[in-house]
Amino acid sequence: MIDKIFTPEIKAKADALVARYETKRASILMILRLVQDYHGYVSPEAEAAVAEYLELPQIDVHEVVTFYTLFHTKPRAKTEFHVCRTLACSLLGAGKIVKHLEKKLGVKEGEVTADGEFCFDQVECLGACEIAPMLQITEGEYVGDLTPAKIDSLMEDIKSGKMDPYKKKQKVSV
Amino acid sequence: MKKLISRYFVPGKTFWVEEYQKDGGYEAARKVFETMTREAVIDEVKKSNLRGLGGAGFPCGMKWSFVPQTTGKPVYLAVNADEGEPGTFKDKYILHHAPHLLLEGILIAAFANNVHKAYVYIRGEYSAAAEILEKAVEEAREKGFLGKKVFGKDFDLEVVVHRGAGAYICGEETGLLESLEGKRAYPRLKPPFPAVVGLFGCPTVINNVETLSYLSFIINRGAEWYAGLGSPKNGGMRLLCVSGHVKNPGVYELPLGIPLRKVIYEHAGGMRGEYPLKAVVPGGLSASVLKADEIDVGMDFDQLRAIGSMAGSGGVMVLDESTCMVEALMVTMRFYAHESCGQCSPCREGTGWVDRILTRVVSGRGKQGDVDNLLDICSFMGGTTICALADGAAMPLRSYPTKFRQEFEDYIAKKRSNPELLSELFHGAETKRGGQKELTV
Repeated sequence: MIDKIFTPEIKAKADALVARYETKRASILMILRLVQDYHGYVSPEAEAAVAEYLELPQIDVHEVVTFYTLFHTKPRAKTEFHVCRTLACSLLGAGKIVKHLEKKLGVKEGEVTADGEFCFDQVECLGACEIAPMLQITEGEYVGDLTPAKIDSLMEDIKSGKMDPYKKKQKVSV
Repeated sequence: MKKLISRYFVPGKTFWVEEYQKDGGYEAARKVFETMTREAVIDEVKKSNLRGLGGAGFPCGMKWSFVPQTTGKPVYLAVNADEGEPGTFKDKYILHHAPHLLLEGILIAAFANNVHKAYVYIRGEYSAAAEILEKAVEEAREKGFLGKKVFGKDFDLEVVVHRGAGAYICGEETGLLESLEGKRAYPRLKPPFPAVVGLFGCPTVINNVETLSYLSFIINRGAEWYAGLGSPKNGGMRLLCVSGHVKNPGVYELPLGIPLRKVIYEHAGGMRGEYPLKAVVPGGLSASVLKADEIDVGMDFDQLRAIGSMAGSGGVMVLDESTCMVEALMVTMRFYAHESCGQCSPCREGTGWVDRILTRVVSGRGKQGDVDNLLDICSFMGGTTICALADGAAMPLRSYPTKFRQEFEDYIAKKRSNPELLSELFHGAETKRGGQKELTV
């Protein structure tokens, strides 16, 4: 079971991460992120494998997975739009952006489009109030100064391959 | 206007080690390692009046002097780069543009506190910042500024770049430590303070990115010079993050004590639309809101506290007359309800109930007495919990309805609503209940 989650490549990276910390457990956020980056989400099997790898009871891993919003326990859309809804973004029209995405994608918040490509949700402050209203694409790029038209062209760019939403890299955005 | 940290904020550019050194980089750390004693560094930082710029404003040098050096245990440095306080985005600029400025600050703090291992806790969403810092750590190691025998001295220092995973509470210093130990970020009871019992049970210094980034300037140009830039007991400059209804939102590096009016009208270009100023949240979401006639206050820790607000993390959110304060408070309190870690009942239940009441109000189903009810709940949230999240939530919760009471009463009486703000995913039943007459809260 553990080998299915911790392939040789992942295991090598995980070993290097664990070595940075005083205790095995301290590396858990980094290990979970690594596992999620490869497998897309943290399945119950992945949770068990991480527990075995870090020599922890599975409940300890489960506690961590369910506490932090960036860990996902279900498969996700290929491209996620995380729209910031906190004060600065809200003041400058985050609500309108959310309504536009709802209409454009034809799904409600948290639902995945039928082709599995897109979903959106609202998140709390992402630390980019200077470009409000803004969103983060999956765990990468920050896109700011949003308007409904900008959302449309963003989706065009993603669909046409001009923008690669799957890259984990974020540009120096400021 | 003087620029210290912000002179590195060139759009799209990161100052890597060569360029940073060309600009005099790592000379302050070299000076510390080659010519100063630990005590002299701490003394210098004390004299500079450098305050903790993450939000608490605690004098940095004093914090360092609390760290016991005779326990036989290692001392750790935890760098707070969680930057979760809404309205704040300065640490992202430092990490993106000047990672070596932070690393040099870490070196100075490590020397002063006898630290040989530092953890930088970067919020999970800042993926570029984490990558940039990882690369900078590698560069510094190659140059002999990190790793074994720093500056050829008998002093080792490792820096570990650690990434969070999306939880506001990790910015609270003891929550950060719990998270760094691989657990849920439940804040710890104090005392013992982290300076004495911190990470892995060892003495731990916790400093914000910005605080550390000012250290090299203090060492290079002297404590008196730095202290003189700011206001009494509030040394130097800080990065104010201005957002909301201003013409030019962004990061402005300004002396502590600068009047808020100047920040808004001279630096951020004034209001962006035709509406005049209505209110300002001066120090991150958790600061009490100020009315338009309160903006002659000096932006430092003591002056803002004196008028019942706080300087906090330096996040200045500007609200114009088009803003509905009821809806702004609803958005604000939803944040705390979402981010409360759930450990203490007054916070978990308090933020939850307040959020449900305000959601009901914004759904057009407010009731007479709601405002008093909110203030009543507020009165048991402050000072009753392990950490300051509930105190932070109580500040807007008390100040919005107190300073804009009539607006709240009118909103409720006229049954106004704004469905655009409601999130079905978050509030579920509350929003679906629609026009139903029976109300639970």
